[in-house]
Formats: sequence, C-alpha cells, structure tokens
Amino acid sequence: MIEGLMIGLGAAFSLQNLLMVIAGCLIGTFIGMLPGLGPMSIIAIMIPVAITIGDPSAALILLAGVYYGAIFGGSTSSILLNAPGVAGTVATSFDGYPLARKGMAGKALTIAAISSFAGGTIGAILLMVFAPMLSTVALLFHSAEYFALMVVGLSAIAAFAGTGNVAKAILMTVLGLIMATVGEGALFNMPRFTMGLMDLQSGFSFITLAMAMFALPEAIFLVLNPARSAQSGGDAGKITGLRVSREEARKIVPVISRQSIQGFFIGVLPGAGATIASFLGYAVERNIASKEEQEEFGHGSIKGLAAPETANNAACTGSFVPLLTLGIPGSGTTAILLGALIALNVTPGPRLMIDDPQIFWAVIISMYIGNLVLLILNLPLIPYIAKVLAIPRNYLIPFILFFTLMGSYIGQNNSTELLILVGMGVGATILKFADYPLAPLLIGFILGSMLEDNFSRSMQLYDGIGFVLDRPMTLGLLVIAALLVVIPSYRARRARARQQGVAEGD
Amino acid sequence: MALDRWIAFVILCVALAYGYAAYFTMDQLLPPFMQRNPIWPSTFPKILAVLAVLTSLVILLGLEKPSADAAEKKPDIDYRRLADYHLGQAVLLLGLMVAYALTLRPLGFLLATTGFLSLGAIALGERKIYILIPVAVIATGVVWYLVQVVLGIFLRPLPWFM
Repeated sequence: MIEGLMIGLGAAFSLQNLLMVIAGCLIGTFIGMLPGLGPMSIIAIMIPVAITIGDPSAALILLAGVYYGAIFGGSTSSILLNAPGVAGTVATSFDGYPLARKGMAGKALTIAAISSFAGGTIGAILLMVFAPMLSTVALLFHSAEYFALMVVGLSAIAAFAGTGNVAKAILMTVLGLIMATVGEGALFNMPRFTMGLMDLQSGFSFITLAMAMFALPEAIFLVLNPARSAQSGGDAGKITGLRVSREEARKIVPVISRQSIQGFFIGVLPGAGATIASFLGYAVERNIASKEEQEEFGHGSIKGLAAPETANNAACTGSFVPLLTLGIPGSGTTAILLGALIALNVTPGPRLMIDDPQIFWAVIISMYIGNLVLLILNLPLIPYIAKVLAIPRNYLIPFILFFTLMGSYIGQNNSTELLILVGMGVGATILKFADYPLAPLLIGFILGSMLEDNFSRSMQLYDGIGFVLDRPMTLGLLVIAALLVVIPSYRARRARARQQGVAEGD
Repeated sequence: MALDRWIAFVILCVALAYGYAAYFTMDQLLPPFMQRNPIWPSTFPKILAVLAVLTSLVILLGLEKPSADAAEKKPDIDYRRLADYHLGQAVLLLGLMVAYALTLRPLGFLLATTGFLSLGAIALGERKIYILIPVAVIATGVVWYLVQVVLGIFLRPLPWFM
C-alpha cells in the first residue's frame, strides 16, 4: 500500500494533475450552485473535455473534482436560497436555510465546508483501505460471477431508484440494455438492430445519451417552470461571521465522525448514493440527539447541518469503491465516470490496481487534494462565488443548452448526432413527466455490453445455461438480485393491505 | 389513460418489434458454424425482449400499485397542466436547437452559435439586446478558442462562402 501511495503522490502532484483538481473543484462548485443542475449533468457536460485530455488519470481526477465541487456548490445554494441544486443536498437545506435566515449564513457555510471536508477525507481513507481488499476478492471472480454481480447491481439500482415504482425502474433498465445492443458489437462482428441506418452502425453514443437523459430535461424543466430557478440574490452579498466557536465544534465532531463512516458505507452500496446517505444521516442524528436538541432540528441546528453534509461527501467517495474495484457503477454519476474511463481505454475492475496502479492511487491522492482545495478555495471565496446565483436565467439557459449541444457534437463531429440528441432529450423529458427514473436507463446502457460479454463467455465455457447451477456464488448472487426486485413491491402490497384493513375497521 | 401507461404502451410496441427482429429475422443470417455455439447474437436480445414485454405489461395493466408515499409525492411538473407552464418557450428553444444542428455546418460555428445564444435569450424574454449581443459574441469567441486551440478539435468557424 505504501508503494502505491508513493506512485499516487508522484502522479497526483504533477503540475497538470494539480491544475485538474483545482479546475475541477472550481467548475463543479460554480455550476453545482446553479439550481437545477445536478452533478450528473455537470459531469456529462465535462466529459468531452476530459476525454480530449487523453490522460486517463488526469481525466478521472478532473471529473472527481467536478463531482465534489458540484456537491459542495449544491449545499451553498441550499443554505443561501433554500434551492438545492443537487438532490444530495436537499437535507442540507432543512437546517442550513433556517440558520441563514437567522443571519448565520457565514457560520452555516463554514460548518458545511468543514463537514464536507471531513466526510470526504475520512471517506478517502476508508476507500484506500477497503478498495484493495475488495479487489483481491474480486480477482477470484469468474465471468459468471461478474454477470451475476452486474445483475445484482442493476436490480439494486432499479429497486432504489423507483421508490414504490419498481416496474418503471426495471423497464428503464431493460430499455437501456436494449439500446446497448444496437450497433456492431465486438462479440459477434455483425451489426444488430441498425435498421439499415449507417448512423446507427456504431450504436448510440454514450455522451449524447448522457446529455439527453440528464442535462437536457433539467434545462427544459427550468424553462417550463421558472420557480425552479427562484432567485433572491439580495442577501448573498453580505456574508459575515464565518467563525465557529469551540463549543459548537465540540457538538459537531461526534456527528461528523459517525456520519463519515455511515455515509461511506451507504455510498458503497449500489443504488444508494449521496441522496440516501444524507437523508439517512439526518434522520439518524436526529433520533440519537438529546430531547432539547431534537427540538432544534429543522429550525437551524448545527448538528442537523453537519450530518447530511458529512454523509453526502463520504458517500460520494464510497461510490468509487465498486467503480474502481469491480468496474460496476453504483449510481448515475459513477456510471458516467465509467463511460468516460472506457472511452479513454481504461477498464476499471480488479485488474486496475495491478495493470494501472498509477490511475487508482492518483485518484485517491487527488481526493485528499480535492477536499483540501475545496476547503481552502471556497471558504474565503464563498461570498463571491455566491454571486453566480445572480446570473439571469435568460442567459443561463441558452448557455446550458449550448453546452449540451457542443458536448455531443465534439464527441462525434457529426450534426446528425445533434438531432438525435434533441429527439432523445424530448423523449427523456416526457419520461420524466411520467415519473420514470432516468438513471437506470443510462446505467443499463453502459453496463449492457459488459453484461452481454460476461454472459456469453460463461455460456460458451459451460456450453449452455448450466453455469447458473454449477457455480454456487453465481446462483446466490442471482437470488439476491431477484429478492431485491421482489421485496419492495411485496412490502408495498402488504403495507397497502394493512392500511385498507385499518380503513375498514374504522 | 395516464401518461405513464401510454409510455408503457409505446415501449411495449418497441419491445415487440425488437423481439420480432430477434426471434424471427436474425438467426437465418447466421453462418452454420456459428449455429454450433451455445450463444448466438440473438440470444441476449431475446431475453431482453421478453423482460421488456413483461415489465411494460405490468405497468400497462396496472398490476403494481404505486406505494403510498410514491402516490403522495408531487411531481415537479404536472403534465396534465402543461399549458400553464412556459410551454411555448420550451418548444421554441427546442426548435432553435434543431435549427442550430442544421445550420452549424453551412453557417460555420461562429455565426450559428452567436445566433443560437442570442435568439435563445430573446426567446426567454431578454430585451436588453445591446448587452446580449456582445455577451453572445464574446462567449462564442471564447468557446471557439478553447475548443480549437486548447482541445485541438476542428470546428469550421466561417460560413461556406468564406
């Protein structure tokens, strides 16, 4: 591990990579602050830039910086405006905004910055310990287990994404898998489902799909409903009193240490990302707080602010574990990162640490640096950065749309791609109207070819479907996948039955 | 019928077409030696088609009732009252995006982008054109410089006749 750390230090402290971290954090904070733009859209927009850099570790460092920055920026707008830019920071606004209303915006932002820093740093330490362990285990995996593991990942994502609507989430996943089969795969050397169209010969472009699924619908929603980008602007200018007293520090230290560990492990689970970690962190801290402190929650409790902020940053770090060790993304954001890595000719997985240790360790080291950069840059700059919130939406929206167009054009250099982008964006918006989750579609699309590869390899090795029964681990994983899908709908059915029973009894 | 069931219906049709292609059209093209393989190019799509048909039927027939909290959750935008939102602006902007796609090559990057940014803002209600045009021109120039020089990707800057 020490050797790896040295490699990472060497790689991360190169001038280029340091610049990447700083640029990523700044860009992420800037855009993440804009209400309505989540980390997924921002990373999707940044991918063409990252890919043209060409160096995989630099690209991943840039994107990871953007990811952190976006989460941090989102908490700034939750605290100042009660307008979370990111789902993961909704819980931050519960107590952050009341604090700001009481005139303690500066203190709230400082606590948010310190909690994020602690969460991210402790998360990075845990990642450093657990990722190598997990990848030694993962090296024992066979293509059959990989296939089963991906099925588990996909069904976990579907189960979490479609709260109460698992069928919709599964349908979106399958649709993503179907879209992945379009085009000429490496496996069979023959074009499939292209309907004779040359444009579909190489399949759908991942960047275009990512833009169409996340950035475009969010922009259209901003246009449709101006209230989503509500701005007050006014008080953003005067932020004073950044200091945190010793007594307050003593209050939040245990919260931070508990939540960074809890958040990390929630982030590791597929499907449960920063959003769930932050809500759960808030709920747990509220429940274990003393009586009079519980009253304070929701009215500007510093504990209630520190908990979700720590948890969401730790979860962001945790979500890198399955990505880097298994090559399986647990969330939409890491799915986009996986797509970018594949475009750069790196296949994340257990071999990553052996074949390209510099990538793995440089990313971990850059996480520390990224957190430090966020703390150092953002604390003094917060009052100025908050001015971004005052950009008029008349300017903002055309620019967002322009960047989505540019992103998919640069990737393909083909203006038909732009028409596909607009078409799929409209489709995605309609899906979003009807409450279909979009992240499973993209994850299905990205995992699709790998899923089919591993499935085919095991079919060929075992000359048929027999591998499911021959390998107990595969069978076990597939059973878990089935349970993940069935249990939520079973529980919903039972809960409804009980409710109906009560209604009749009245 | 609610929108989500209409969508399920559309996806069902797509899945049926996809399944038809996978089950009935793909295997005839397969060379004989590949037919000995346990896995064919159509194997995985066949499984997917079945899964897609089944799940879309579940939604279409309403077999899975949404849980209580999912039903309570209010969507950001209620599509039943779509006309109450700024639908015209959204459609106008989408139209502009299509126009941008069609004019990017013939008009060149600089002209098309400046036009898109300023018309987009005007469509959203911006009226201070004396600020808007310079901002759009400068932004276009900066982006073009970044893409062309820093990223090294060629974008034809000028219209076809220049």
